[in-house]
Amino acid sequence: MDFYGFEPTSRLLLGTSQYPSPAILAEAVRASGAEIVTVSLRREAARLREGQEFWRLIRELGVRVLPNTAGCHSVKEAVTTAEMAREIFGTPWIKLEVIGEADTLQPDVFGLVEAARALAADGFEVFPYTTEDLVVAERLVEAGCRVLMPWGAPIGSGKGLNNVFGLRALRAHFPEIPLVVDAGVGLPSHAAAAMELGYDAILLNTAVAKAGDPVAMAKAFALAIESGRLARRAGPMEPRDMAAPSTPVLGRAQLL
Amino acid sequence: MDDLTVPPRLTLVVNGEPAEIAAADLAGALIVLGFEDAIVATALNGNFVPARKRAATRLNEGDRIEIVAPRQGG
Repeated sequence: MDFYGFEPTSRLLLGTSQYPSPAILAEAVRASGAEIVTVSLRREAARLREGQEFWRLIRELGVRVLPNTAGCHSVKEAVTTAEMAREIFGTPWIKLEVIGEADTLQPDVFGLVEAARALAADGFEVFPYTTEDLVVAERLVEAGCRVLMPWGAPIGSGKGLNNVFGLRALRAHFPEIPLVVDAGVGLPSHAAAAMELGYDAILLNTAVAKAGDPVAMAKAFALAIESGRLARRAGPMEPRDMAAPSTPVLGRAQLL
Repeated sequence: MDDLTVPPRLTLVVNGEPAEIAAADLAGALIVLGFEDAIVATALNGNFVPARKRAATRLNEGDRIEIVAPRQGG
């Protein structure tokens, strides 16, 4: 798995929002083994300096950051946010979100492609938050994206993989592009299922941050992702409709 | 002559709130607002202003300044 020249060992990308405390966030990141965490930009109040404290905490973790454009509903907002993120975080990486619909936080895929094209031309390395739509994915690759991040389900919904067929088709269509399921994953079993489909990595936040024990859940996701990856590489059996005895029929004693 | 060195008082919109600030340029405004040593990025009227260009970015009455910093994100 190659993210613009970086090959992480961990296939879990973790969000940093909504944890009960900064200390639990830090412990969850360590327990997850994640080497990449997502961050955002928000208005800073000079007196509170919340952002300065948060940034110190993240730097101490020694992980790479993937800044997002969360909350942007237009190409202009997303591009300007990306420009600000590149300066502050010192990375060309950007998790590009252009939101098109407030209830589902579904991407505006038209704006997404337009913003991805502008950012890639300006030297950004774009991680687009998209749907599982094949044609949109094609356009994103044409725009310069070398990673695709389709949603599993709406952000924060925890519903898992809503369209397994679509995700499977996307994997088959882009065998060489790193594919990350981003958003909607609620349980480690959802993450394992995505990895079993051949996805390269999982990006999640709420499922860990809002768990009763975020640190334990971070570890659970790490194990599930590793398990799903191993299963994919091991070559799963073909499912069938009727039973097939696993114990040999030949040699069974005649007892009647 | 002294008047030339005194920055004008401008009514601006800083992070969505009205603010009256004596500053001629964006770098000066950040100092007045208490961000001199903070890690922040800036935009003026919706356009990104890189840190190196803040001192050369003149402010005008009614300008909208956004000052952002790292924050939790998913």
